[in-house]
Amino acid sequence: MNNKPFDNKAWFFVLPVFILVAISAVIPLMTVVNYSVQDSFGNNQFFWAGTEWFTEVLNSDRFRDSLVRNLTFSAIILCIEIPLGIAVALAMPRKGIWVSVCLVLMALPLLIPWNVVGTIWLIFGRADIGLLGFTLAKMGIVFNYGQSWLQAWIIIILMDVWHWTSLVVLLCYSGLVAIPEAYYQAARIDGASRWKVFRYIQLPKMQRVLLIAILLRFMDSFMIYTEPFVLTGGGPGNTTTFLSIDLVKTAIGQFDLGPAAAMSLIYFLIVLLLSWVFYTVMTNYGMDAPEKREVES
Amino acid sequence: MAQITLDQLAHSYLPNPQNDADYALKRIDYVWEDGGAYALLGPSGCGKTTLLNIISGLLTPSGGHVKFDEHNVTHLSPEQRNIAQVFQFPVIYDTMTVAENLAFPLLNRGIERSEVDKRVGEMLETLDLTAKARRRAHGLSADEKQKISLGRGLVRYDVNAILFDEPLTVIDPHMKWQLRTKLKELHEQFSHTMIYVTHDQTEALTFADKVVVMYEGEVVQIGTPEELFDEPAHTFVGYFIGSPGMNILPGGVDGSTVNVAGKQINVGKRYPKTGTNIEIGIRPEFVKLTESAASGEVGMPMTVHSVEDIGRYKIVRGDVGGHELGAVINESDSVPANPVAVFDPARINVYEDSHLVRGQI
Repeated sequence: MNNKPFDNKAWFFVLPVFILVAISAVIPLMTVVNYSVQDSFGNNQFFWAGTEWFTEVLNSDRFRDSLVRNLTFSAIILCIEIPLGIAVALAMPRKGIWVSVCLVLMALPLLIPWNVVGTIWLIFGRADIGLLGFTLAKMGIVFNYGQSWLQAWIIIILMDVWHWTSLVVLLCYSGLVAIPEAYYQAARIDGASRWKVFRYIQLPKMQRVLLIAILLRFMDSFMIYTEPFVLTGGGPGNTTTFLSIDLVKTAIGQFDLGPAAAMSLIYFLIVLLLSWVFYTVMTNYGMDAPEKREVES
Repeated sequence: MAQITLDQLAHSYLPNPQNDADYALKRIDYVWEDGGAYALLGPSGCGKTTLLNIISGLLTPSGGHVKFDEHNVTHLSPEQRNIAQVFQFPVIYDTMTVAENLAFPLLNRGIERSEVDKRVGEMLETLDLTAKARRRAHGLSADEKQKISLGRGLVRYDVNAILFDEPLTVIDPHMKWQLRTKLKELHEQFSHTMIYVTHDQTEALTFADKVVVMYEGEVVQIGTPEELFDEPAHTFVGYFIGSPGMNILPGGVDGSTVNVAGKQINVGKRYPKTGTNIEIGIRPEFVKLTESAASGEVGMPMTVHSVEDIGRYKIVRGDVGGHELGAVINESDSVPANPVAVFDPARINVYEDSHLVRGQI
């Protein structure tokens, strides 16, 4: 069956990659794995704890609440940023001087570091000196995200949408400009409406970039840390305490290395699992169907 | 179905064209007969796609009119003109099945579902795609995709014309031939007016009843394949059509005597008094190579540079009197040691400023 020559020396070619990956990912990860199965009472003395921490973390309300917050946040972010990004990309000009202007404007928020974005919105939302806070106060709306969980969520979502929709826009735009003119011409000749052009040409042609956009935005929003840390510190109460914030509290605040390590592993696996689900669903969309149909018929 | 009239048509992509060179398409008047198969032939950038897009309505000409029968459609959109167009790269709707692709233009026009199903079924038969009707169009081969593009035009029985913009560019060579045959078949079956843009002379000559040769935004000749071969109206047509192309040599003409490479050949036709920029055209097929010219023939000593054996015949390249000359000889013949080239006098064409001058017999 396999007549290809077999030579074990080929392993030497992949060895450098193995070493790099080992240093950059596997070894640090192993220390986490190591902590996650041990307990310590200090003095660098460790005891075998088995799956105890994993069970504890998975059964704790604290972890579950944070996880629900994360999932809710990512879902809201995706529901806003993806359609908005597509809409903005569709509205952008395709040629002329305005293309560069729009692209630069779109790229600007992406250049700002996370904590700066947090600080910008922190000041922006203040009732005494911030434009948004001041305006709202003048309108008679009590705006204090330090006390209202709803307002805290609104401002974090607004901030993320402001910061990252551009990424979706740029990705979608690159997908849109790659569509050959002939598709639009053919659609005109076929008498397709604007909606059908979007549904049957633009959206399918954007599928790949949309997959990247959704994956990036999901992973990023699911690991959100800096913005709520700067803005709300996880409050009011625990209402904006996301997994990452909870993790840092556990690991550094309480110095519970075991539970923190178990939690990060679970956290990592959830991100991996959900990314895989997105990837599989989206790459198979429109591909698997014909085979299935043929089997049915 | 319609007769298409181009009336003083011209197009420039510039807002204020100043001179001839600014026009992508120079003035053209022509009538495309209803049900004809036409090919627009020319090198890249000669304006053939511009002309096609003007006929289909994707482009509005900067001057002149397009008429379908008696209706002026110059400012109508492609869907209002009711034409179909097949593009260089197959355009298919990836997420739809083959059948849905074919049904798409009909459903967009609000045709009843039962009628749509009937027509799509027939079209799938015609295009030999019935077995793949429920497959997604995405994974099909290039020629099948191109058939779908064509089918989306053909399902609308009433299209005024079907326009092709180099439709076989991305098709594998052996499929090209099949698809071209299919096109001819469909033309006979539906007798739509078909206009076919290509830069491949074989495609043009086999597909079309009439070939329109374009060069630098200008229509230089419209004719049957025979006319293009025998009497190219422009030196460009001469060397663009035919493989190898026509030999064009500087020369002169005086009455019925043609001067070329220092020799006088009597062509038996009288030419009117002509200007100074005269060229002589002779197809390589009508250049004979011999040891010595027979009596009554005019031989020109030829220096041979290369002989290409292309299977059925040989192409001999060389020069006479310092001018390049190609000749086609039979596969079985060999090139004489000191050849002289003899032109068939009846096949000599005379060009003034690149345009054909006709002699009187």
